[in-house]
Amino acid sequence: MPDTALIDDDFVTAIRRDLLKFAQLQLRDAALAEDAVQEALAAACSGSRQFAGRAALKTWVFSILRHKIVDLIRQQSRTTNISALGDDEAGLDEAFDTLFKQNAHWRPEARPGDWGNPEEALRESRFWEVFEICLNHLPENTARVFMMREFLEFETAEVCSELAISVSNCNVILHRARNGLRRCLETSWFAPGEKPC
Amino acid sequence: MLSCKEATHLMSEGLDRKLGTGEQLQLRLHLAMCSGCRNFREQMDFLRAACRNFPGRDKADESQPPK
Repeated sequence: MPDTALIDDDFVTAIRRDLLKFAQLQLRDAALAEDAVQEALAAACSGSRQFAGRAALKTWVFSILRHKIVDLIRQQSRTTNISALGDDEAGLDEAFDTLFKQNAHWRPEARPGDWGNPEEALRESRFWEVFEICLNHLPENTARVFMMREFLEFETAEVCSELAISVSNCNVILHRARNGLRRCLETSWFAPGEKPC
Repeated sequence: MLSCKEATHLMSEGLDRKLGTGEQLQLRLHLAMCSGCRNFREQMDFLRAACRNFPGRDKADESQPPK
């Protein structure tokens, strides 16, 4: 058991909540997420490492959870074709294409706007709700690749090899995800009401 | 000369690998003239920062907002 003085009920409740949210966003399956978190916590408790503080302990538990999530994604990728273009992916690509004129330059009304000091949004809890909604709006496989890259922080080459997709395919999926998120944030947070809808 | 569409792909890939010298140069030339793509790049950087700062993540630790 890691240093028990670090672990009180509040800490366990808080870390469990954070782990669950993280796993759920990534796996999009409440039961799977619950299992992964349970296993990660159990593994963390069976270790006998010492930690300099709660932050170090939390980092360690998160790293265990990351491995569990990757195992689950790896298993799923054997049975599903991650790079298959579903209707929702095709829809995102079409929406992206409509941002451009025929010469592949921005349509004036679709040109990305100045978000000012977007970092200020990071301090607002309402922003994070919008961010989560936007993440959940992404097609499942698109989100999975994106989150492996940006949340689990794998190198792109690792993401591709874990999921058995080509690098160029990975690039296409990541670009789709980033642009989808960007557009969602632009309409839902940075310029609400400005767009005719 | 890069189109805006091509530039967005390069900017996304720039978050995943080091762009070649030629790619960097082309992109720089394009950005110098295109405010839409400059905004796009800032938005990409912001997305990465947002993912790294997602609340509850291990790195955003010890400063939990008060309940």
